[in-house]
Amino acid sequence: MILDIITSGLINGSVYALLAIGFSLIFGAARIVNLAHTAFYMVASYCIYYATHKMGIHPVLAMLVAIILVTLIGLVCYKLFIDPIREHEAAVLIATIAIAMAMQEIMLLIFTGDFLSVPSLVSGYLKIIGVKIAYQQLLTICVALLILAGVWVLLKKTRLGLAIRSTADDREVANLMGMNESRVAMITMGISVALAAFAGAVVVPLTVVNPHMWMHPLIFMLAVVVLGGLGSLKGSFVGAYILGFAESIVVFLLPMGAFLKGSVALSIMILVLLIRPEGLFGVAFEEER
Amino acid sequence: MKTMRFVLGVLIAFCLVMTISFPAWAADTIKIGVIGPMNFVQGKGHWNGATMAAEDINARGGIQVGKKKMKVELVKADSNEFLSMTDATNAMELLLTRHKVDFIVGGFRTEAVLAMQDMAMDYKKIFIGCGAASDEICTRVATDYDTYKYWFRQTPINSTFLGKTSFIHLGTVAAILKMSLNIPTIKVAVVAEKAMWTEGMIKACQVYLPKMGMEIVGIWRPSAVATDVTAELSAIQRSGAHIVFTIFSSSVGITFARQAGELKIPAAMVGINVEAQKDSYWEATQGMGNYVMTLNTYARGVEVNELTAPFMNRYIERFGETPTYTADTYGAIIYALAPTIEEAETLNSDKIVAILENREYAVPTGKIGYMKDAQGRHLHDVKWGPGYVTSLGVQWQDGELKGVWPNRWKAAEGLPEITYKGMVPYKIAPWVIEKYKK
Repeated sequence: MILDIITSGLINGSVYALLAIGFSLIFGAARIVNLAHTAFYMVASYCIYYATHKMGIHPVLAMLVAIILVTLIGLVCYKLFIDPIREHEAAVLIATIAIAMAMQEIMLLIFTGDFLSVPSLVSGYLKIIGVKIAYQQLLTICVALLILAGVWVLLKKTRLGLAIRSTADDREVANLMGMNESRVAMITMGISVALAAFAGAVVVPLTVVNPHMWMHPLIFMLAVVVLGGLGSLKGSFVGAYILGFAESIVVFLLPMGAFLKGSVALSIMILVLLIRPEGLFGVAFEEER
Repeated sequence: MKTMRFVLGVLIAFCLVMTISFPAWAADTIKIGVIGPMNFVQGKGHWNGATMAAEDINARGGIQVGKKKMKVELVKADSNEFLSMTDATNAMELLLTRHKVDFIVGGFRTEAVLAMQDMAMDYKKIFIGCGAASDEICTRVATDYDTYKYWFRQTPINSTFLGKTSFIHLGTVAAILKMSLNIPTIKVAVVAEKAMWTEGMIKACQVYLPKMGMEIVGIWRPSAVATDVTAELSAIQRSGAHIVFTIFSSSVGITFARQAGELKIPAAMVGINVEAQKDSYWEATQGMGNYVMTLNTYARGVEVNELTAPFMNRYIERFGETPTYTADTYGAIIYALAPTIEEAETLNSDKIVAILENREYAVPTGKIGYMKDAQGRHLHDVKWGPGYVTSLGVQWQDGELKGVWPNRWKAAEGLPEITYKGMVPYKIAPWVIEKYKK
């Protein structure tokens, strides 16, 4: 059972981490709370479905195309709907939720509410100590961890990463130091949306594609981000795995209450916040800029 | 000049009155509102079935109402009831007040249908349900006949009968496994999505399965929209279950079947899986949902009576897919409403109710007769059993949905065996045979 919990927790945690880190990134760098983040994940899933089923493109190529396309859509949305109102946080919240709803309705119009799916990249399963783990699940974990490692390298080892971190640290000082803060925000938005699209790409062979698939991950992603500390990438990473494992433990230890996995994970978040309101790795509110 | 202005004024007023009372222009048509979640398979079924019925009726000149022949005009209403109850009641309000429909068919989600039912009853409009299974919707007719008598259920059979039929399917598969694989006691894992309609069935499982000689090894309740059930599947495999009794109506049915097939979980799947009733299921599970058995209404090649094949063939030719049970709006219009209106010679709801509740008529899924409760009160719910509608047991066999039940089914000792035309034997998944064959 422990191996079951580890595998299941790793998969859930990796996907939440991909989503939450992208969300944290844009919040940290540009103070944008992008509630449409998981909607980009949904659109990426549909793009992959369309490319594989309707155009007959190889799934891997379809994933790459989807990531590029969704990133471009994200940048257009940013330029048209978010950038002009960036300074008004409440307006950004409303605008991003409106973008998400619009995307949902567009997908509903195009693809209807039918449940769709995409083939696995690798079929079959591996048996470890009596536990069956699908190869696709293993692939998902590996790819998710690789992407997360790539993000870490980008942020820690490149000039762009330094610029993003500096802007996240203090926007005004970064501006005074000659960084084009607006451009950094736009690039960060691109990376953030690309991460959401990546999450969609790695998850789509394991999930059911439908226009409402963005809602549940949105709630979880927000929980992860708040648990880890708003804007903290390390916090998002750790928070994602905590909630991922919490979900798995509930299913295994409480079969009749498997549907409660979401509630239990959110309860953990509330508990942590009661003890440490700034989240696990966040900056205390009163000390924040 | 004054006269000219007066005439112009009268003309404008006349046009206004005519425009406002536009529905009266269509007095030679019978307006039937078709309500359902139109962006989803269920709503599409509602609309497709109704469209076919209206075309058939209009092709023969319409419905004879007294001395007048009236054509059928359909009004489409998207209830969006999966997502919003308000949308559902707004759609019903539009049908009743703006379009002023004469009859309504459709509805799917119980919670929405209960609200829509109240509205239709307020306007004394006959509402024939083609989607919601809850017993409560029809119990209202018995408890408050004067208010709710305008409600009738066409499809599906009610929750109690759905449960009963599913248990018959479970018993049938258990007997096959016992006989083929020499399993002395069948162990059953019950997996039900977290939804109101599954609660009663879970309780029934706990009561009846031990009585049927089966052992329940666990009950799992994933979310109706769970996207990963590998944890549940691992636990089920560890429990040693021979059969997984599924109770699914939502997307979890696809996730569960696909992941179970991918991991070759050695247990037969039987029960209710609404997603597995659709043609799109095979592609949605990427072919991993093989050998899943579910209760259903239609299956290609299966004929319940002489009406099944003509309806199925035309539906498939017209819409390119097997009808789902919500397409029984066809039967609701062409076999329930049309002949009753002709017999009543009026569109008056009360007169039609009085005739319809006592009628028995054939539809492509069997014969419809309306039940009464233990106290003899009208329920306007469909009868279940031999001679009436029974529903089907269908199984996915290598990409095709085949009818496997009723196949030499005896409803009770002394009664004749029932086998619908086109039935094939149930198949056990090879990985289940491999695991248990001694």
